Amino acid sequence: MDLATFAVQCLNAVQYGLLLFLVASGLTLIFGIMGVINLAHGSFYMLGAYLAFGLAPLFGQNFVLMLVCGTLLAALFGYLLEWAFFSYLYQRDHLQQVLMTWALILVFEELRSMLVGNDVHGVKAPDWLAGTVALGELMTYPVYRLFASLACLAIGAALWFTVNRTRLGMMIRAGASNRDMVRGLGIPITWLYRVVFAGGVALAALAGMIAAPMSSVYPGMGGHVLIVSFVVVVIGGIGSIPGALVAALLVGLVDTFGKVFFAELSGIGVYLLMAVILVWRPEGLMRKGW
Amino acid sequence: MVATLNRWLPLLAALALAALPAVLSPYLQDLVLRVMVLAVFALSLELLVGTTGLVSLGHAAFYGIGAYATVKLSPEFEAGNLLLLLPAAMAAAGVYAAAVGALSLRTKGVYFIMVTLAFAQMAYFVVHDTKAGGGTDGIYLNLRPVLALGGQTLINLDDKRSMYGLALGALVATYALLALLRRSRFGHALAGIRVNEQRMRAAGFSTTLYKWAAFVLAGMLAGLAGFLVAAKDGFVNPEMLSWHESGAVLLVIILGGLGHLRGAVIGAIGFVLLKEALSTPALVGHVLAERWQLTLGLAVMACVALMPKGLIGLARRKESGS
Amino acid sequence: MPFPFSKLALATAAAALSLGAAAQTPPPLKVGFMLPYTGTFAALGDAIEKGFKLHVDEQGGKLGGRAIQFFKVDDESEPSKATDNVNKLIKRDQVDVIVGTVHSGVALAMARAAKESNTLLIVPNAGADAITGPLCAPNIFRSSFSNWQPGYATGVIAAQKGHKRAMTITWNYAAGTETVKGFTEAFEKGGGKVIKDLSLPFPNVEFQALLTEIAAQKPDVVFAFFAGGGAVKFVKDYDAAGLRKSVPLVASGFLTEGTVPAIGAAGQGLVTAMHYADSMETPRNTAFRNKYAVTYKSNPDVYAVQGYDAAQLLAAGLAAVKGDFAKRSELQAAMNKATIDSPRGKFTLSPQRNPTQDFYVREVKGDYNVMSGVAVKALADPGRGCRI
Repeated sequence: MDLATFAVQCLNAVQYGLLLFLVASGLTLIFGIMGVINLAHGSFYMLGAYLAFGLAPLFGQNFVLMLVCGTLLAALFGYLLEWAFFSYLYQRDHLQQVLMTWALILVFEELRSMLVGNDVHGVKAPDWLAGTVALGELMTYPVYRLFASLACLAIGAALWFTVNRTRLGMMIRAGASNRDMVRGLGIPITWLYRVVFAGGVALAALAGMIAAPMSSVYPGMGGHVLIVSFVVVVIGGIGSIPGALVAALLVGLVDTFGKVFFAELSGIGVYLLMAVILVWRPEGLMRKGW
Repeated sequence: MVATLNRWLPLLAALALAALPAVLSPYLQDLVLRVMVLAVFALSLELLVGTTGLVSLGHAAFYGIGAYATVKLSPEFEAGNLLLLLPAAMAAAGVYAAAVGALSLRTKGVYFIMVTLAFAQMAYFVVHDTKAGGGTDGIYLNLRPVLALGGQTLINLDDKRSMYGLALGALVATYALLALLRRSRFGHALAGIRVNEQRMRAAGFSTTLYKWAAFVLAGMLAGLAGFLVAAKDGFVNPEMLSWHESGAVLLVIILGGLGHLRGAVIGAIGFVLLKEALSTPALVGHVLAERWQLTLGLAVMACVALMPKGLIGLARRKESGS
Repeated sequence: MPFPFSKLALATAAAALSLGAAAQTPPPLKVGFMLPYTGTFAALGDAIEKGFKLHVDEQGGKLGGRAIQFFKVDDESEPSKATDNVNKLIKRDQVDVIVGTVHSGVALAMARAAKESNTLLIVPNAGADAITGPLCAPNIFRSSFSNWQPGYATGVIAAQKGHKRAMTITWNYAAGTETVKGFTEAFEKGGGKVIKDLSLPFPNVEFQALLTEIAAQKPDVVFAFFAGGGAVKFVKDYDAAGLRKSVPLVASGFLTEGTVPAIGAAGQGLVTAMHYADSMETPRNTAFRNKYAVTYKSNPDVYAVQGYDAAQLLAAGLAAVKGDFAKRSELQAAMNKATIDSPRGKFTLSPQRNPTQDFYVREVKGDYNVMSGVAVKALADPGRGCRI
């Protein structure tokens, strides 16, 4: 592999990693702070992609506005969902919540099938992002992918800022380390959880919306994303946003180069990475890295 | 009176299961067979999750390895020997469990869940993506195992009754083994580890060794379930090792109620029957049967909301009320 | 007042007649669909069922003079549940004929159960070569294709265009590798050489790394096998990577089945090989498409055709025994000898019971796969390993 190809492959790895990071960030938030193993996260990603499919024609070239509106809708949805299905489960065994999120997957899939049908759909990128830049002799790189990478970085930064530099973030951090303390301080933890859950859903949906024009929108699309995001969350250390970023980039690299060099067994690469890291560091890379 | 009845319930249930083939249609016999195999699989996981407090999301790997070992070790053009294949399936699953356990028990809680998942996914991709593993389409078991002694075939799993009998035997044996185990010193140690590992270590127990032994035993029992399903279906497929399968069996024991052997069995019954009923047009009508995902999802949500201790909690509550 | 009276008498007589007829009519033949009604392949399962029922409707609710009763089971595209699911049809509903399915792994499990219970099985999609190869049986038929076939036809096209160095790309699963094998066989027979096979784990859709690999190797042509959502993403990514201008893409037709509108501009002009094309302007196809569109308010695709032909195949068998399903070996022999007048063009079955059919060159124009020629006439699957 020559240097130019290698550089392009690195770019591919980073771009994939950043998108994974965005999906995983919502998961790590819900997971780290509320301790909920949310199997329905992939469904929220799917929800985002279908939102983009539904909203894109309405917003036309105002793609960014569409992302904002879609995210708000998803956040509202997440807020209601937490209220309806999770708010009374926290005192129980965590595994009960797992069962609940699994049931949600089934319900979401069926609702999707009833509302939108089972066909494969595409979402068009807005014209101002439709171009490509030349890359090496044969290849071009779509501008939209660069936009997506930048968007993921920006959202990641905003998330980091919210968690580390705002009052809400302080409450969230306190809630993650000690629930009783937060309650003692007079902060309504139920409200905090609801906000965190809504935020997690919004992030997953946002990732789905950003991915939609690069990908396609189809039944069962959440399933594959789900398991990879769990891998990212756990490698990075549950609840750690910088950890999720590092882990997502690592997964991107392993996935990309695994496909090139070990085609037959490339499926194993990511899981091997996770096993090795966890055996070496049983709590992930950055457990305490808030 | 109720307490006595309660104690003998598993035995009564076993006798009832033994009598069922006489009255059930072939289809319902199959359904019971399916429940029994799932119950063995669920019991093996219950040993880890409910008894020891180790939540594994990779248990299907051992189940799948048991099934694959059965098929791979069967001779191509004649029936394999049951006495050879069954232990071999359990041993194959046990060996992988020994390795996975040794590595994954370094981690705890959610990290343990994910490491077990990782090792299971690796096994999944080995059978899914390589020629040696048989590939995505899976492998046929050309002839089902038989038990032959001195030239006489005693058990032939091609025969439905024999298959049913073997599965029932496996279920009873697994249940009995685990029930005895829970009463033994080993079982008490595992329960102690679940409640407070720190204290057990302070009391001089080598907790990691105990957990590892439980992990290996659970893996072997899952391998037994795998053997049964390979013999029953005559076909293995990589999806048997997938995380969906691991998740499904975990859901079975959560639904049934953790911490009780009966919970695992009740969960298996509940899960199979619920899904079967909700997708049967004759019972719920064509429209609803086609939307079984929706109704099953809603039913499970209702179970979670209304039954904090799982299906078994429902039975217990009634019992204490009476 | 004689008129009303005679009318009444007529009605009574007619009722008596129909009663007598009812006593002689055999009970309806039970046909069980085992198809994906949920999950990624749900749209395909739906189309197959609609296609099948369309033909039954055309025959007045009958096939070969025998009334039909339908049962259905969702296979969830889940091979590990396949045996249990197919037994719902065989043992619970006690169907005479099973029609299914899409997913090859599930179909293989079904084939085994069908063999053991000697239930007639018609596979309306799953292309696993083994079904009409090593696992073939007198009671197992296929109305679709074997994976080898579209791959082989595409290989012929690529070689005819004068390409010498090809790369292939697919998911690392049986349908993909079998299709690639067919492509390689034809392409290398035609004087080309496959320089590298690329693959990624199913159903991973991150193609970028492999596209970069293609750009680095600069082959003359790329052969791809993907379907559904992954196919849409692949074609879009291939186009966005700028490769379509420099390295032509050819594919098995599944890349553009049901996905053309979703792919949009990125797919225009794409050449694929398939046993059917939406735009075939034969009277047979036009009639079929109109009927389907009127009945279901949607356009048929290849899956609907395969479902429709599964019904035609069964009808041919039933007609030969005048609806007497008990004459199974005669019925199966008639099915095997039948010439099916399909919307895709007439086809027969190979001794292994796989369609021997024409493969067309198709080009994506607008929202359709437009037929632009014949790649291979009457292409028969070699049926390797079948002992019938």
